[in-house]
Amino acid sequence: MAEQNLIASNATRRAVDMASHNPIRRFLTATELDTRLLGMVGALVIIWIAFNLFSGGLFLTPRNLWNLSVQTASVAVMATGMVLVIVTRNIDLSVGSILGFAAMIMGVLQAEILPQMLGFSHPGIWVLALLAGILVGGGIGLLHGVIIAYFKVPAFIVTLGGFLVWRGAAWWVTRGRTVAPMDQTFQLIGGGPAGAIGMVPSWIVAALACIAIVAVIALGRRQRRRFSFSLRPLWAEATLASLGCGAVLAAVAVANAYPWPIRIAERYAAENNIPIPEGGLFISHGIAIPVLIAVAVGVVMTFITNRTRFGRYVFAMGGNPEAADLAGINTRWVTVKIFVLMGALVGIASAISVARLNAATNALGTLDELYVIAAAVIGGTSLSGGVGTIAGAMLGALVMQSLQSGMVLVGIDSPLQSIVVGLVLVFAVWLDTLYRRKSN
Amino acid sequence: MLDNKVPLVEMHDISISFGGLKAVQGASLELYPGEVVGLLGHNGAGKSTLIKILSGAYKRDSGSIRIDGQPATINNPRDAKAYGIETIYQQLAVADNVDAAANLFLGRELVTAFGTLDDAAMESRAREVMGRLNPNFRRFKEPVKALSGGQRQSVAIARAILFNARILIMDEPTAALGPQETQQVGELIRQLKADGIGIFLISHDIHDVFDLADRVVVMKNGEVVGSARTSDVSKDEVLAMIILGKVPPGAVPGPGAVRDS
Repeated sequence: MAEQNLIASNATRRAVDMASHNPIRRFLTATELDTRLLGMVGALVIIWIAFNLFSGGLFLTPRNLWNLSVQTASVAVMATGMVLVIVTRNIDLSVGSILGFAAMIMGVLQAEILPQMLGFSHPGIWVLALLAGILVGGGIGLLHGVIIAYFKVPAFIVTLGGFLVWRGAAWWVTRGRTVAPMDQTFQLIGGGPAGAIGMVPSWIVAALACIAIVAVIALGRRQRRRFSFSLRPLWAEATLASLGCGAVLAAVAVANAYPWPIRIAERYAAENNIPIPEGGLFISHGIAIPVLIAVAVGVVMTFITNRTRFGRYVFAMGGNPEAADLAGINTRWVTVKIFVLMGALVGIASAISVARLNAATNALGTLDELYVIAAAVIGGTSLSGGVGTIAGAMLGALVMQSLQSGMVLVGIDSPLQSIVVGLVLVFAVWLDTLYRRKSN
Repeated sequence: MLDNKVPLVEMHDISISFGGLKAVQGASLELYPGEVVGLLGHNGAGKSTLIKILSGAYKRDSGSIRIDGQPATINNPRDAKAYGIETIYQQLAVADNVDAAANLFLGRELVTAFGTLDDAAMESRAREVMGRLNPNFRRFKEPVKALSGGQRQSVAIARAILFNARILIMDEPTAALGPQETQQVGELIRQLKADGIGIFLISHDIHDVFDLADRVVVMKNGEVVGSARTSDVSKDEVLAMIILGKVPPGAVPGPGAVRDS
């Protein structure tokens, strides 16, 4: 019986394939690519090309793209957590303030407290500071989550309160004084010439990523064969693998094409007794460490949402909270876990921001909550719950940052910049509404 | 013939109120293995509320529940499932945005050796169960939102039987279905009954359940009017119980019965 069904479903699938002579549709059906995500990539390409034209070729340079990737990292990390929050029909307005508070804690720890206890530039300082940031973020998330899930105060109100409380708390840590500089190793989390992994390690990372992409596709195929489900055609699998690997290799090539600034390269050469060749020394940045962190967070969060029970419960709760409850899911506890996760991610994002600025200020992360929510929403997370992807939210963060950096490059006045970002947000969500209505 | 056996479920003197409203008052009923009991009454008669107490969705104010003759503690849906009580709710408690397999295993997912979701294994089991229930069902990859009412109902029923329920509660099981699908559900109920599963059918429409049920229990204004074997009473007599609260000679009167005087 099962085989019969399978044969029948294979037959219908083939029939559908045959029926659609349109090669694009056939390609999309066979590869099972997310058309919405493809649309976002298309929008991003259009934005990039447009800014490149208007800035006289300044936008699509390795330097600008590398900086863009570093600037996106912090918001992208937080956006992955915001997806889960919004999918369960909650909201978190406090992430910017938590970022500021965690930043002050990390700053004071590594600039003032830990050096006294362990000695100046002790190798353990950066680890302890980072851990403290993640713990502070996670702890605040736990508090918010418990109030939301068990005391039944709406997330909007709890995190609006948190928005005010933690910004105030950030000020209290040093009574408003800026803390600097950060630990030498900690600074690497924020990027910069030293905070990138260089050419050869970047290619190694790229190779590993390609192997991982192929392995995931192959494993998925084997799993489907184990239960004799219909398989994607081989050419579709090959296309997917080459698209994925191509994107990785292109991104790494761009990162490697951005050399260290001449002065820094010269100083490095002098310190290491490297002769400077004619035409200057070319040392690649390679992938920036914050970008590596953001990508790692994205992979882990995608794994959590797609492959774990927790992720499944998050989406089921978003689709129908009552059904999830009746199915025996402990929805309150899942809610708490979501906010803890969100807080911990804010801790990581805070470390990136602090390290990039090389200082902790009590205003760090101001307005970040809005950028993070906007990134998630532009990335296809539905505010009515149940729908959203990690990759989409990270792309959304990249779109937002591209707009902002691009407008700076083109020389648009800053009030006009906010107007454009605001309009784009509304426009993007309207487009998404149209798309969803059509696909239903 | 059923009287010597221990009832599968025994709800005794159950009451619950919401605010000042007494939704259920002193209701008692039992269910024996392999028996189908139709729980009838108007909308708002308290039948859904009573059954939600059994399935753990509501907590009773007073009264007791026994399963297999033993006192049972049911405080939430998880407790109920631990006793083998599975419920198919009127509003079809499915998560619209995930696919059929994910819904079937919601809360009890199959996992691999690494603790990750084993989607392929779940889809395989889902195909097996759905094939038994609704052989025409093919749309395993789509969110449940995209399915028809009947298909969604079969997903909900499949979920209940997937985990070997001993006590099955069906709230308006055929209300959203076409004639052919209704017949399929009827077949399925007979099949489950033959396996010794006790089934509650809840409906406000007597025609939905009269032919399938061994016994009917009628509720009105939160109280049990009475119960009767379907072989001992006519549809019209049951209708009079539902509408007027009048208990015919073939039925056992309950606390909510209207006395002839």
